Amino acid sequence: MGDILGLVAKRLGMGLMILLIISVIIFFMVELLPGDIAEAVLGQGATEENVRVLREQMGLNDPALFRYFEWLKGAVMLDFGRSIVTQEAVMSVIGERFRNTLFLATYAAVIAVPFAIILGVIVALLRNSVFDRVANVLTLTSISSPEFFLGYILILFFSVKWGMFPAIASLNDSMSFWELLNRTFLPALTLVLVVTAHMMRMTRAAIINLLASPYIEMAKLKGTPPWKVIVRHALPNAWAPIINVVALNLAYLITGVVLVEVVFVYPGIGQALVDAVSKRDFPVVQACCLIFAATFILLNLAADVGAILTNPRLRHPK
Amino acid sequence: MTNIKNQQMLDRLADAAREGRVSRRSFMNYSMAAGVTASAATGLWATAAKAEPKRGGTFRIAQHDGNSGDTHDPGIYESNAEILLAHTFRAFLTQINTDGTLGADVATEWSATPDASEWTFKLNPKATFHSGGKVTAEDVVASMNFHRGEDSTSAAKSLLGSVTEIVADDENTVTFKLDAGNADLPWLMTDYHLVVLPRNEDGTANWQSGDGCGPYVLDSWEPGVNASLTRFDGWHGEGAYFDAIQVTFINDPNARQTALVTGDADATSLLENKTMSLLERQPDVTVINIPSAQAITMPMFCDQAPFDNVDVRKALKLSMDRNELVEKISFGAATVGNDFHHSPAMPYYPKDIEQTEYDPEQAKSLLKKAGVENLSVSFSVADSITAGAVDLAILYSEQAKAAGIDVSVLREPSDGYYSDVWLKKPWCMVVWGARPTPDVMYSLAYKDDAAWNESHWQNEEFNKLLLQAKAELDDTLRAEMYRDMAVLAKDDGGTIIPFFPNFVYGIRSNVGTTGEYAASWHMDGYRAASRWWFNS
Repeated sequence: MGDILGLVAKRLGMGLMILLIISVIIFFMVELLPGDIAEAVLGQGATEENVRVLREQMGLNDPALFRYFEWLKGAVMLDFGRSIVTQEAVMSVIGERFRNTLFLATYAAVIAVPFAIILGVIVALLRNSVFDRVANVLTLTSISSPEFFLGYILILFFSVKWGMFPAIASLNDSMSFWELLNRTFLPALTLVLVVTAHMMRMTRAAIINLLASPYIEMAKLKGTPPWKVIVRHALPNAWAPIINVVALNLAYLITGVVLVEVVFVYPGIGQALVDAVSKRDFPVVQACCLIFAATFILLNLAADVGAILTNPRLRHPK
Repeated sequence: MTNIKNQQMLDRLADAAREGRVSRRSFMNYSMAAGVTASAATGLWATAAKAEPKRGGTFRIAQHDGNSGDTHDPGIYESNAEILLAHTFRAFLTQINTDGTLGADVATEWSATPDASEWTFKLNPKATFHSGGKVTAEDVVASMNFHRGEDSTSAAKSLLGSVTEIVADDENTVTFKLDAGNADLPWLMTDYHLVVLPRNEDGTANWQSGDGCGPYVLDSWEPGVNASLTRFDGWHGEGAYFDAIQVTFINDPNARQTALVTGDADATSLLENKTMSLLERQPDVTVINIPSAQAITMPMFCDQAPFDNVDVRKALKLSMDRNELVEKISFGAATVGNDFHHSPAMPYYPKDIEQTEYDPEQAKSLLKKAGVENLSVSFSVADSITAGAVDLAILYSEQAKAAGIDVSVLREPSDGYYSDVWLKKPWCMVVWGARPTPDVMYSLAYKDDAAWNESHWQNEEFNKLLLQAKAELDDTLRAEMYRDMAVLAKDDGGTIIPFFPNFVYGIRSNVGTTGEYAASWHMDGYRAASRWWFNS
């Protein structure tokens, strides 16, 4: 167990280094965007004089490097500063949105992960059957279609034609939990369709890969039923690649859903990031990107730890 | 000859009017065609059409252009979401009525000295802020001064540039002193930046609190997500029939349309022109399509070759088939432009000016005269300007080929277009929001020394007329001057105006309206919340 704690600590340290590098990259990418912040805030109506005054008020006349370190100082203490545009604390701008994103991601993951893995096991069991082919074609079709297209198709049938679920996932505080689930069902379903194929196919491939191993043959020879061969003998050894794919897809559910947010008008963090970029709201962009980067790093870490825990050979190295 | 057929037509018209399917203007036209005199038609409209508004209900608006960076600071108001809210929880001194005339809001009457250099506004004594205080002249002074002065970053600073002093004469009277006559000042007060704000102890305006004196109280607002408001019972105006307003900000045009079709919203701003005809077939949805004073302009630098030659400018104007552009790019939802920036939705519109038609032959001969046959020019455009902006440019470049002109279309990045391309490249495409009067528009972008004189156009006579018209209080004389200016801009100016895009938005059939819609913004000049009601 001590090894694992050591590994986690080492990986966390590396994660912090990566975050630092990412923050530098993001900062200078924002600087490279055409136009400047004051002009972006004032829009088409900007006059030279207005821009000058606003630049002064925003402290944009300081050198970029100086502003970067000022910001970094705050970020270390989890103070991401104030939004340049609205003057509100960054955390209050994106905190609520991040919670919404996490809620939707959890909702989708709770459906998608078990669904994909169970489906993967079934198609591995019934490989090359009609069921396998149909499942493959359907999931590949859904992953190959752009998310917004899937969203529109779902809206067309589930809300416009059949009126079963609301098309607009706008939330308010007075909603009960069930109402919330009902409101956000279509965006969650869209995400499920998008991430299922990847996880299901990895499960199928990993299991089929193992089926040629001698110990599987042994299990078959002693008369174990096919489903038990897969669930008891093949699956435990297939966890490592599956967990990796699951982690990647979970990260995607948090960072890659801006199109779904737009289509369903869901107030998540992706929309906030797009707005912030178009307004050059640097502190918000930085904070969003850092959150995304941290999400990836933490989930990858979780995947590695998960892979070790499920594999006795890695758990007890000689 | 009022025969049976005409009588039937009138009955149908009255029905249509009662249900809000025809505007007052069309009603008058049709009735007069059916042999009714103008005064009788007015009476008929008043009795037949004026459906009695009902009170109650929660009006749900799906609004475009909501951003998480939206703010209460009226100086940097820019998005449509902010402008909608400004007209719902805040108030202005004056307003543009549904028929396009100027009406009262916080100010009930206004008058000027004969040279129009001093304007006095009388405030409505009933006007109160949501927090309870009466709206006084001091509040108005503070609200207006917020946009003036050295440190102001307000976009309305130049609008009030000619104001030298604003004085509170007594509790209900405010006087604006100007450095020169401006007959349009009461119209300027409808500008969306110039909201009436409560005053702080120290005389500055308090915009941060979200307090206002408009028809609805802002209960909660999450920028870019939603807003909810309830009726303010102490409002000074007439209307505000809904009990509450709920705004959801939806930037995706498809999602807005879905919200309207599925009944998740009662009204939706900015529908896409390309789906307009399909939506009109929906039984529960009414599409409102009204000419506006927004404009697409294509300014050429008049001090730079080849645009410094008036024949070249004229040739470029003649090689545009505007009707085809309106039909194919705007799907018919636009008014054809005639190269003067004065739309039929603005006051003093000159009706009798000859329309420039597509005439590649004449364009060719003009170019020959100018000695630049086989003219080759580049034209900058970006996707974000308007729906189909790049298509518009490409279609025009095809049309211009018939005149032997090679217009090469340069696609510029949408980001930073207005800081890197506009006013920098010699020929580009621009979209202008609606301005209330021709004077505001011309002073902003056509006056010789204006910072935004986007075509670098210098025409002595035009500028002389502009200053004269500005201070002229006689409407007939003023209209004549604007007519002369329009002719100058059309024949000599450096701006091509292909069309004025319409406002296209939608309501559910249970929403009642007067049948007339202000052309200043979407949703009845963004005053839908206080002007409309539920029929059932």
